[in-house]
Amino acid sequence: MNAQVSGCFHCGLPVPAGAPVRVTIEGIEREVCCHGCEAAALVIDAAGLADYYAWRTVSAPRPVPKSADPWAAFDRDSFTRGLLRTGSATTVNLLLEGVRCSACGWLIEQRLLQLPGVTSVMLNPATARARVEFNGIALSSILRAIATLGYRPHVLGAADTLEVATRERRQALKRLGVAGFGMMQVMMIAVAFYGADGAGMSPVIRDYLRLISLLITVPVALYAGVPFYAGAARALAARQLSMDVPVTLGVLLAFAASAVNTLRGTGQVYFDSVTMFLFLLLLGRYLEMIARHRATSTAEALARLMPQFARKLTAQGELELPLAALATGDTVRVAVGEAFPADGTLIGAATLADESLLTGESVPVVKRPGDAVIGGTVNVLGPAVVTLTSLGDSTVLAGIVRLLERASTERPARARLADRMAAQFVAVVLLAAVATALAWLYLDPTRAFAATLAVLVVSCPCALSLATPVAVTAAMAALARRGVLVTRADALEALAVADVALIDKTGTLTVGRPQLSSVAVRGPCTATECLALAAGLERSSGHPFAHAFEVFAAAPATDLAVTAGAGVEGLTGGTRYRIGHAAFVAALAGLRPAEFGEDGVHLGRPGQWLARFELEDRPRAGARAAVSALRDAGLAIEIVSGDHAAPVAALANLLGIERHAGRLTPADKLARVRALQLSGARVVVIGDGINDAPCLRAADVSIAIGSGSALAQANADLIIPGNDLGIIAAAVMTARRTRTIIRQNLLWAGGYNLVSLPLAACGLVPPWLAAVGMSASSLLVVANALRLSRVTTPAATAAPNTPPCQPKLAGAAR
Amino acid sequence: MTIIFVLIPLGLVLTVLAVWALFWAVGSGQFDDLDSPGWSVLRDDERGGRE
Repeated sequence: MNAQVSGCFHCGLPVPAGAPVRVTIEGIEREVCCHGCEAAALVIDAAGLADYYAWRTVSAPRPVPKSADPWAAFDRDSFTRGLLRTGSATTVNLLLEGVRCSACGWLIEQRLLQLPGVTSVMLNPATARARVEFNGIALSSILRAIATLGYRPHVLGAADTLEVATRERRQALKRLGVAGFGMMQVMMIAVAFYGADGAGMSPVIRDYLRLISLLITVPVALYAGVPFYAGAARALAARQLSMDVPVTLGVLLAFAASAVNTLRGTGQVYFDSVTMFLFLLLLGRYLEMIARHRATSTAEALARLMPQFARKLTAQGELELPLAALATGDTVRVAVGEAFPADGTLIGAATLADESLLTGESVPVVKRPGDAVIGGTVNVLGPAVVTLTSLGDSTVLAGIVRLLERASTERPARARLADRMAAQFVAVVLLAAVATALAWLYLDPTRAFAATLAVLVVSCPCALSLATPVAVTAAMAALARRGVLVTRADALEALAVADVALIDKTGTLTVGRPQLSSVAVRGPCTATECLALAAGLERSSGHPFAHAFEVFAAAPATDLAVTAGAGVEGLTGGTRYRIGHAAFVAALAGLRPAEFGEDGVHLGRPGQWLARFELEDRPRAGARAAVSALRDAGLAIEIVSGDHAAPVAALANLLGIERHAGRLTPADKLARVRALQLSGARVVVIGDGINDAPCLRAADVSIAIGSGSALAQANADLIIPGNDLGIIAAAVMTARRTRTIIRQNLLWAGGYNLVSLPLAACGLVPPWLAAVGMSASSLLVVANALRLSRVTTPAATAAPNTPPCQPKLAGAAR
Repeated sequence: MTIIFVLIPLGLVLTVLAVWALFWAVGSGQFDDLDSPGWSVLRDDERGGRE
C-alpha cells in the first residue's frame, strides 16, 4: 500500500509553500516538491511503472540536482576496459544507493530492461547490488537512467569480493542440499538391510533397493563431492598430500565397489557410508566457510564506507565528480549526512564528525578548521568544506583495510605447523591403508576391502588441520565486532601468553590533551598577563601543550620560532619571550629561581623569569577499571612514559600501578622491552602508535589505541580505533579462550585418530561407523571453535552506551 | 511388497522436486541474507507508524 505521503508525491518531503510544482500521474494531479522529483515521477509514469507508487513501502529518495553530467566519465575507454566482457556483452556490478525495499528493486529492474541494449538485470534489494548485462548501449546511459529515478549507482569492479563470497556460499549450499537429501533417502533404504543383513529379503527386492540406492548416490558422489576431488587433484598436482586425498580415495573406492557389486548383484554395498560421509564433511566445510566470511565482512564493510562521488569546488562552481577524478589539494564540499570522500583538512566552519564506524565511539567528534577528517566518516553537523590531503590507497581507511586483509590471508604459525603435520599424517594413513589391505588379504580376503575402506575413512586429518584456523577466525570476527581489529594472525597466540604490559601514558592512559592545572608567577606580570603571553606564543606551535593555552585570550605575538623539543620564541609588544623547557628559557632569562623546578612549562624574557605552568593530562574514562581488569587477568603492568616523572607518578598512583618510569626516550623504552624479554617475560606494549613505533615493533604483541591517522600507520598487531581501554582485557581473555579451544581441538583430534585407526585396521569398525566417527570428529572441532564467535562481555569492561560495531557497519554500508 | 516398486520411485520424484526447489531458492538469493529480512518487517512498521 502507498504510505500516506503528506508532502511531495514522489519523495515525501514537505512541499515548499508558494510555487508548488504539479505533475499528473495516471490522470491525477499530484504535488511534488521540486523539478527533480517532477522529472523522476514523469519518467516513472511515462515508462508505465506508476504501480511503483502503489507498491512501495518507503518514499523515494529525492533526486540530486546536478550541475554537470558526471556519468559521461564512465564511458571513457580507460574505465570500460576494466569491465567484464563475455562475447559482445558487457557486465557491470552496481551498488545502488537508496534502494530500500523490493519495490525500488522492481522499479529499477523494469526501467533498465526498457532501455534498448540492456539484456539482463539481476538486482538484490537486500544488498542493494545489481548486475547489469548490456550490449550496444553506453554505460553512462544506464547510470543516468538509474540516477533519474532518484537512486545513485556506484560502479563496482568486475571481481566484487562480496559476489565471490555469495557465489561460493550458494554453491556450497547446493552441494550440501544434494548430499543431505541423498543421505536421507539412502539411509531410509539402508535401514532395511541393517536388521539381519537383508536376510529373508527376496533377491529381486534386494537388487531393486540396491539399484535405487545407486541411483541416489550418483549425484551425491559426482556432484556434491566435487570440491574434495578437486582439492585432492590440486594437492597431488603440487606433489603434496592434503586431507582431501584419503577422503577422495575412500569415497571413490567405496562408490565404485558398491556400484560394481550392485550391477553384478553380489558382495557388499556402502552407499550409506558414502552419502553420510560426504554430507557431514560438507556440513563441516560450510560452517568453516561461514566463519571465514564473517571475518572478512568487517574489512569489506569498512572498504565500502568510502563514497564514490564528491562535489568539487572550482572556479566555475560545484562539480559532481567520481572520486577517481579528484586529486590531492582539491577542495570538496560535504553535505550533512554524507561521508567525507577522502582524508583531508577541514577549512571553513567547524562541524561534527561521526567516526563511530572506525572507533565504535557513538559520540561525534568536534572538528575545527584545520583539523584532519578521515575519509569514510560521516559529517553530521553542517556542510563542511575540506581540502583533500590523501586519496585512494593512501587514506587511513585503506590502510586499516589493508592490515585487516593481511591478517585474514595469513595463516598463524601454529596452523602452518598443523598443516604440515596433517600432510604427514595423511601419508601415514595411506601407508596404513595399504598395510591393512595386505594383511587382511593374507588373513581373510573377504574382509580386506571393508577394513581398508574403514582405515581410509575413519582417520580425521581435517580435525587436525581445522583445529587452529577455525578458532582463530572465529575469535578475530568476535573481536572485530567489539572494536578490536586483529591485524596479524599470530597476535592472538602471543596475547594469550603475555605476562607484562607496558603502557604508554600520554594518549593511551590519558586523553592526550593536557590542561592547565596551576600557574606560579614571579616578577612584574600577573597570572592573566602571563597566560595571554603564553597563549600568543603557543598559538601556532602545534605542540600538545598548546591546547592547554587555547582557551585563554592571546596577546599577539610575531616572529615565532619553534625549537623542537624545547619551546617557542617570539616577539610580543617589542619584547622577546620564550616559553618551554626550563633550560630553553634559562638561555634567555638567565639563572633560574629556586622555586622554579625542572618540571613544567616556563615563561621568561631577557633577564626575567615570569611564570611556571603546571599542565595535567586527564586520564581516560575507564582507565582505572581497565588497569585493574588487566591485573586481574594476571598481567604485570608498567607505565613507560616520555613525560616528566612527577605527573607519571601521580597518574600511576591514581590508577594503582606500582611500576612506572618517566622521562624515557624511545630508546629507553625499547631497552626496557628487551630487558624484560631477556628475563623471560612476554611483553605486550600498549601505545598510541606514533611515539612508540620502535617499542611496538620489538614487543611480543603490540596494541595501538586511539583515533585518527596514526592508527593506520601504527604497525601494531591489534588496533583499537576507539577510546575504550577496557576492551584490552576483554581481548586478552578472548585470546586465552582461543588458545584453550585450540588445545582442546588438537587434543581431541590427536586422541581420536590414535584410537580409531588401530581399531579400523583390525577390522572392528564397519565403514558406515567410520564415516560417522570421522565426520562427527571434524564437526565437533568446528563447533567447538565457533563457540568463540559468541561475544562475551566481562562485566567490568561492559560499555553500556557503546553498541556493538557490526550492526552499524551493516547499516552504513546500505 | 510389490507396492514399493511404485512408492520408492514416487519418493525419488519428490526428492528431485525438493532438490529443484532448493536450487531455485538458493539461486534466487533467498539464503544470501538470513538476518535483515527479519528486521525489515519491524523497520517498515515503524515508518508506517510515523507517517
